[in-house]
Amino acid sequence: MSDDTPRKSPIATRRQVLAGISALPFMGMLGGKVNAADYPTAEVNTTGLAVTDDKVTVGILHSVTGTMAISETGSVQAEKLAIKQINDMGGVLGRQIDFIQEDGASDWPTFAEKAKKLLVQDKVASVMGCWTSASRKAVLPVFEQYNGMLYYPTFYEGLEESPNVIYTGQEATQQIIAGIDWVAQNKGAKSFYLLGSDYIWPRTSNKIARKHIDKLGLEVVGEEYYPLGHTQFNSVINKIKLRKPDVIYAIVVGGSNVAFYKQLKAAGIDMTKEKPLLLTISVTEDEILGIGGENIVGAYACMKYFQSLPNDNNAEFVKAFKEMWGDEIVIGDVTQAAYLGPWLWKMAVEKAGSFDIDKVREASPGIEFTKAPEGYVRIHENHHLWSKTRVGHALDDGQYEVVFETEDLVEPDPFPEGYQ
Amino acid sequence: MNATLYTRREWIALAVLAALILIVFPATMDIFRLNLVGKYLTYAFVAAGLVLCWGHGGILSLGQGIFFGLGGYCMAMFLKLEASSPENTAIQSTPGIPDFMDWNQVTELPFWWIPFKSFPFTLAAVIVVPVVFAYIIGAAMFKRRVGGVYFAIITQAIAAILTILIIGQQGYTGGVNGITDLRTLLGWDIRTDSAKFILYFVNAALLIVVLLLGQAVRVSKFGRLLIAMRDKEDRVRFSGYSVADFKIFIFCLAAAFSAIGGAMFTLQVGFMSPSFVGIVPSIEMVIFAAVGGRLSLFGAVYGALIVNWAKTSFSESFPELWLFAMGGLFIAVVMAFPNGLAGLFRSHVEPLLAKLTRKSPPPPAPDATPAEAVKLAAE
Repeated sequence: MSDDTPRKSPIATRRQVLAGISALPFMGMLGGKVNAADYPTAEVNTTGLAVTDDKVTVGILHSVTGTMAISETGSVQAEKLAIKQINDMGGVLGRQIDFIQEDGASDWPTFAEKAKKLLVQDKVASVMGCWTSASRKAVLPVFEQYNGMLYYPTFYEGLEESPNVIYTGQEATQQIIAGIDWVAQNKGAKSFYLLGSDYIWPRTSNKIARKHIDKLGLEVVGEEYYPLGHTQFNSVINKIKLRKPDVIYAIVVGGSNVAFYKQLKAAGIDMTKEKPLLLTISVTEDEILGIGGENIVGAYACMKYFQSLPNDNNAEFVKAFKEMWGDEIVIGDVTQAAYLGPWLWKMAVEKAGSFDIDKVREASPGIEFTKAPEGYVRIHENHHLWSKTRVGHALDDGQYEVVFETEDLVEPDPFPEGYQ
Repeated sequence: MNATLYTRREWIALAVLAALILIVFPATMDIFRLNLVGKYLTYAFVAAGLVLCWGHGGILSLGQGIFFGLGGYCMAMFLKLEASSPENTAIQSTPGIPDFMDWNQVTELPFWWIPFKSFPFTLAAVIVVPVVFAYIIGAAMFKRRVGGVYFAIITQAIAAILTILIIGQQGYTGGVNGITDLRTLLGWDIRTDSAKFILYFVNAALLIVVLLLGQAVRVSKFGRLLIAMRDKEDRVRFSGYSVADFKIFIFCLAAAFSAIGGAMFTLQVGFMSPSFVGIVPSIEMVIFAAVGGRLSLFGAVYGALIVNWAKTSFSESFPELWLFAMGGLFIAVVMAFPNGLAGLFRSHVEPLLAKLTRKSPPPPAPDATPAEAVKLAAE
């Protein structure tokens, strides 16, 4: 897919360039104070959003209760940290960010209800939220109908490109292809056993993985799915032992992970021996808290961010995160992506010189965030992020050691041709 | 209970309820809140069914979500097909089929989806599919005299099975995401405020019809038999009545009520997902009936409204603590007023009203408390 999306007319692009140029002086002031008086509320807010002379309200919409709370709490914390940091720097267009938090309660209809409340009643200027694909699918029509802007942090299956969402996590091809190339080249992997939880993300991801494995001329020796929350993996572990794949490609999510890795270890598969090697795209540092580092040591994970990532941005980010939320905390891929949301929104608003959703949308492509903990990201025309993909090697203390990163940023391609 | 359809007391109660949902709510709420109330009222259909089936018939079903879901899914399938016109789905590899099928490499509309292109068929299916399903469950259970706790557990298991089936067959059902992004009903955009306003009234009117129907059942000879079956099933059987058939009928009726609620839910909320089918929502539905009062149809409506309103407002005010508040509310209701709000009203408010209007208080209801009912049902 090329850089231009059919939606964008050349005129819009020119306007966007002009807007970019006019905003340049202020881009230099990132970090300095922007005077709210230079941006009268009547001009920066023509659609009746919750913006006053000194305040702008955004929404945070995650599950803080129910089965997803364990995963989504990190995202809430990251978003609050970003908002606090932005406020300390003077806010957005000179306005302090105020947030209204709503609980999606791990329940998709509740997400839709709360999204509507945030947009219709609270008139929030943007929403940071959702985690599972199901919750995103539930709120999507609401955002499109009421023209809201959602910053969605999770790595997900792709096949979507909404004008009302900025996807700050990776879509499937970004996460998958680099990882498979890496095991094929560096570990000499020839055969793969695909397995996952039974819903759209693992299935789509495995579909892409399978196509890519075929393209490389390698072999898939098994593919299986288990319901969410499944805890009996002995039969598949036996099959794995029987078919002896070089790589177990695991996309098990949530609580099932705990059972899966413990049973794998109990069955005598020692991942540190890498025979077979285990590659996952679903286990972040957050999940390892539940699994236990000693049960997953030796596995490889492929995603865009690890807490141990050695760069200055990340060191600062981890320090600030721990200061705010405690030393015990771990930071996973999605948490970092959630942290990007408020920043990307702030930069888009300042580039557009307006809080209006349509202008923010127009200003978004091309926004770069050089202080991103993962290093550097840029918003693509298709509302996903250009980002690097990395492979981490699980240590027994629950952290990953980064063993590989792509040389260049990987282009997001939510509708990959040849992979559908 | 009085043998006439309504006593004066009940006419007043109906008038108050109708005034509340048809006049007071629409007059005082903005469309967002009104739409929420409309959503709560769809649960009142289920609660009303439970009042008949559980409160009066003694059949505790922990699987009403099955019927709510089936009704809702039937409606959602029709709406989804309408939203998946080839023009709307031009970017898919197979245009003209629902988007989730396309993601799952389904290239052709499954045969059992095709009839749902017809609106009359869908309307019939909304009632018929759940009722047939309820009939099968009822016939299999009640003919074999499975009842009480065993029945409750089996309904729960069926709810779990159906959820797993829906989630597992995501190419045909939308899986855990459900069927989302529903747009129009016969070309009429159901997402607009005016449509929501109209749907609210359709929903409220249907609810009142269902309540009248429920009341008619309650005061009929059949209604008395229901109570007799609940309190001493064997005596009814020995008197020559076919207990199983009566039970099947009331279970099917409760299923039909739930299904109407489910279909109205889909129309007002704009999607359907397996999270309304499973065990947790089914138990929640029983709670609505319990809070409102298991024996009162009107109580069921208030129960559904109050519990859901509390859920929304607690969670808006205390996003991280609201579940505790809800738990507290349920414990308080069960401990303090075992007959729910309706029981509270009957024992405290009505004598007061009677004193004011100088009438003698109605005799205390001879109804069993939930604990006794469960014991009876288990016998």
